[in-house]
Amino acid sequence: MSHFNKPNYSTGTKKKKGIPAGLYTKCPASGEIVFNKELEDNLMVVPKSGYHFPLGARQRIAALFDPETFVEMDAGLRSADPLKFVDLQAYPDRIKKYEKASGLKEAVIGGVGKIHGIPVAVAVMDFRFCGGTLGSACGEKITRVIEAALAQKIPCVIFSASGGARMQEGIYSLMQMAKTSAALGRLAAARLPYISVLTNPTTGGVSASFATLGDVNLAEPGALIAFAGARVIKETTKQTLPAGFQTAEFLLRKGLIDQIVGRHELRDRLRDLLTALYLKKKPAPAA
Amino acid sequence: MEKPVYTLEFEKPLRELTAQLEQLRQQALETGTDLHNEIAGIEVKIEAAQREIYSNLNAWQRVQIARHPRRPYALDYVALICENFEELHGDRQFNDDRALVGGTAFFDGEAVMIIAQQKGRETKEKIARNFGMAQPEGYRKALRLMKTAEKFGLPLLTFIDTPGAYPGIGSEERHVSEAIAVNLREMAMLRVPSVSVVVGEGGSGGALGIGVTDRVVIFENSYYSVISPEGCAAILWKDAGAAPAAAEALKLNADQLEKLGVVDEVIPEPFGGAHNDPTQAAAALRRSLQKHLKELRALEGEKLLEVRYERYRHLGVYEEGGVAHT
Repeated sequence: MSHFNKPNYSTGTKKKKGIPAGLYTKCPASGEIVFNKELEDNLMVVPKSGYHFPLGARQRIAALFDPETFVEMDAGLRSADPLKFVDLQAYPDRIKKYEKASGLKEAVIGGVGKIHGIPVAVAVMDFRFCGGTLGSACGEKITRVIEAALAQKIPCVIFSASGGARMQEGIYSLMQMAKTSAALGRLAAARLPYISVLTNPTTGGVSASFATLGDVNLAEPGALIAFAGARVIKETTKQTLPAGFQTAEFLLRKGLIDQIVGRHELRDRLRDLLTALYLKKKPAPAA
Repeated sequence: MEKPVYTLEFEKPLRELTAQLEQLRQQALETGTDLHNEIAGIEVKIEAAQREIYSNLNAWQRVQIARHPRRPYALDYVALICENFEELHGDRQFNDDRALVGGTAFFDGEAVMIIAQQKGRETKEKIARNFGMAQPEGYRKALRLMKTAEKFGLPLLTFIDTPGAYPGIGSEERHVSEAIAVNLREMAMLRVPSVSVVVGEGGSGGALGIGVTDRVVIFENSYYSVISPEGCAAILWKDAGAAPAAAEALKLNADQLEKLGVVDEVIPEPFGGAHNDPTQAAAALRRSLQKHLKELRALEGEKLLEVRYERYRHLGVYEEGGVAHT
């Protein structure tokens, strides 16, 4: 279920915090060389080709909300080790490593803020923390964001970036799919809008729960969106996979997602959609 | 009781002993020699070996029993504990998934809706049932039947037995992720009592897709896991051969799942596995379902949903302010 296929960066030197380190990066789409400073200033989108590198949760939050409106929730919530799981490494050691490398405490950041003045409860996943996998802490934080939307009667937006389930938490990881989906059931019953934004990659248990349950499901360009990994499908079916299989563009063509939205247009798309589904009326233009 | 077959690797000592027993019996028959004592001796040894082997099954051995080719499947139990099962086919959109079946039946004289993952017994049926791996249309058929159950107030009984949802091209093209996700959400909100039973394999999201129920019961040797032991071993141990270690680490066996609060009851199996006496296993399942349905029928509409929500709301363990929470 989990796929730890890391995004492919071509970097001059070593990787740091999932952001290409060194001075410049080669665009995987066009082959052009981009200065990292330029990339970072452009939300990790290659200016000419439009190629979207993964964006850290903090950077995304900074770019998403109206200035000074975001209030983080449950920042101290982190993973425990309920199964005392040891594979080639002990699970708590892996967690420490990810904390150090990403500067995050969990694979998701949650909170409430405003987008073009519209209040929203938001969860943003970060692939750099344990492949964005869904463990108990991650599931709990996402559920609390959904419940915050419900309590405050505001819309909910979740940005997914995940390899799927957190295997080291076994069945508890699987049950986070049920927990988050049950919370979304309550949100739907309250007729509060939920917009899901699928970013690269959104796979396994995350794609099979909250990520595909939006009233509107948006995806970033080029994002890998899948239930099963391509390798597993190839091995099981012995078939050649269609070109572009499991990309956002493929899903749009098949009618499985609503729109592909580039990072720079996202704030405005969310404004329009939330205005339609939540405010239901265009606000009067500012005098 | 059927004559047990010892096909699993760890049953080798039993295979050898039964072969010896057969040989002695044959010899006694052919030569007319009195081998009574010798035969009795082997029988004692067989009993001792059974006790030794089946009382100390490890996680991986239990997984083998859960996958046993002669293990009773969902429809075997339906036939043993229900009456007048009327299968209802198809998702009304694309296809009829033979890996995930359903329909109305009577349990203790009361109408219920059955949804069941079904494996095939012989090669032809195995293929037709896609080895118990459902596709989006299977999950959408299940949803349709859940809604029918809700409309007519029938309790829902689901039977889980799948290695996982099918990893195929068509499955992805028809959005298996979304089909499962919608079921999770809708099952959580379904206004009728529901019980699921893990009959054999509880393979990940594919199992959960019909498993968000008020109660979850599991047979003693069944497993329920976020990933197959082989898959987990390949990813975390970088070695599919480490499946036995992964099976231990994942805590996927029935007794462990009960301790973790994920299942509500473990249903005992006949010695060596349910395949050794399906009738006995079915009787134990019947008693369990009777108990749970009775308790659930006592919960009225909103209360039922509230209790179900809380059941899933509190699954998981995390740390907050340096304290572990569940």
